[in-house]
Amino acid sequence: MTKATAENHNKELNRLLNKRRLWNFFLAIIIIIGILLSSSVVDVDSSRLLNGLPRLGDYISQILPQLDSQSLFLNSQIEGSLSYWYFNLPKYIKLLFETFNMALLATILGSTFALLLSFLAARNTSPNSFLYYLVRRSLEFFRGVPEIIFAILFVWALGIGPIAGIIAMTLHTTGSLGKLFSEVHENSDNKTREALKASGGNWFSEMRFGLLPQVLPNLISYALLRFEINIRASTILGFVGAGGIGQELYLVINFNYYEEVSAIILMIILTVVSIDLFSEYLRKNIIEADND
Amino acid sequence: MRSLTIKNLKKKFKNVNAVDGINIEINEGKMIGIIGRSGAGKSTLLRMINRLTDPSEGSIEFDDTKVTSLKGRALRKWRSECAMIFQQFNLIERLDVLTNVLIGSLGRNYSILNLFGIFSKEEKISALRNLERFDLSEKALQRASTLSGGQQQRVAIARALMQNPKILLADEPISSLDPKNAKRVMDDMRKINREDGITVICNLHSLEVAKRYCDRLIGLADGKVVFDGSPDELTLEISKELYDLDND
Repeated sequence: MTKATAENHNKELNRLLNKRRLWNFFLAIIIIIGILLSSSVVDVDSSRLLNGLPRLGDYISQILPQLDSQSLFLNSQIEGSLSYWYFNLPKYIKLLFETFNMALLATILGSTFALLLSFLAARNTSPNSFLYYLVRRSLEFFRGVPEIIFAILFVWALGIGPIAGIIAMTLHTTGSLGKLFSEVHENSDNKTREALKASGGNWFSEMRFGLLPQVLPNLISYALLRFEINIRASTILGFVGAGGIGQELYLVINFNYYEEVSAIILMIILTVVSIDLFSEYLRKNIIEADND
Repeated sequence: MRSLTIKNLKKKFKNVNAVDGINIEINEGKMIGIIGRSGAGKSTLLRMINRLTDPSEGSIEFDDTKVTSLKGRALRKWRSECAMIFQQFNLIERLDVLTNVLIGSLGRNYSILNLFGIFSKEEKISALRNLERFDLSEKALQRASTLSGGQQQRVAIARALMQNPKILLADEPISSLDPKNAKRVMDDMRKINREDGITVICNLHSLEVAKRYCDRLIGLADGKVVFDGSPDELTLEISKELYDLDND
């Protein structure tokens, strides 16, 4: 390469770089304007925020248990002991187990429906465009409606209890996983599907053998992630009467059983964190390692 | 004797005719090499025979069957009789070798149980027998991804044989293999051509390989047939023209 052509290349490169810098600059300005506009729309008022913060602290200090180091490990009759704080532990555990089961069942049912529908909702695998359109739009509906709305509806129709929560979460899970699954299908490699087609396999065997083995690790990973989300969601659904620990939490908040509020919240946090860690471990070590 | 008859076959992609009026007749039991540069229309021709790609014009007939107008079940039956292997092998890498071979049976003998991974004993035995022919029965329960490229392509041939095909289409079967494995794969294809009487139609880059293995060569350039004859008839001038060497 001569010196002149090298210089030409350099010039061209600089021109492209400058063009990109200019774009980034414009984007930054647009984003800043957007932030300013949106904060004025939602009426962010710094003085109200500052005045309100201490009240938040008041509530937290009220719900914290009064533990006494002298009597920490004494029985539940004595104030200041751990077992006084957690006198209702067996009940909490039973309710947490119910919450856990609600999330598990909803995740299993929801992922199954999502899997069946996802093949129809992916552009490259859907057998016809009418079905594609129909399934896509219904999945959008099911994930567009918040779980809590479904839960209120089903509590009203079926009565208070975990069934309403399970159905609500199943619907939402179907909607959101169905979309994610179909996007995994759309990003899949079509070579094996083509091989199946070329050998005279029908649509079902094309999906089952040409697609599913390839995408399965990704699908399981998404389903586990959804399980983590559902664990959190199922505690909230109890607030509208859809069963589990949330229902109890709502009760103790309303009756101002301050110490019980912190006892329940602590247990929920511990459960959510341990399940998150466990499912993260599964995703990282079993599914993704298997993917290589 | 049955034959595959291709009449005035055309395929248009946007404004380009990838295949531009091909007329050929291929008799049963022959080994045919299709040669030409990349982009000459070799792949498109093969894919149209299997109907992975639909032609824009013209017809393909096998015996009394009008291949170009088949639909649904009849089309799937044709595809199962007209097996195809690919440059990238297209095996299901996460499944074991035996299942990969069994998949060849789905086109001719489908049952809903297959979707749950259940195959009949007869099919399993026949899959193992096919693997044995290519010295691969030991690998039956290994994941397909653990096999070398040459082994994977031979598994793909075993899968094709599971279809009980009348024709085997091979789209650049040795382009991603080293010379030793390439020879093995070509030997195996000639073996099933000679022993089972299966017509083999094979897209090849390499003129040498094509000349050594095929009974008849068809040369394509710009979607048209520019040579059709036995390997001996392929002169240096024609091969130069085929590969456009004069312009370099």
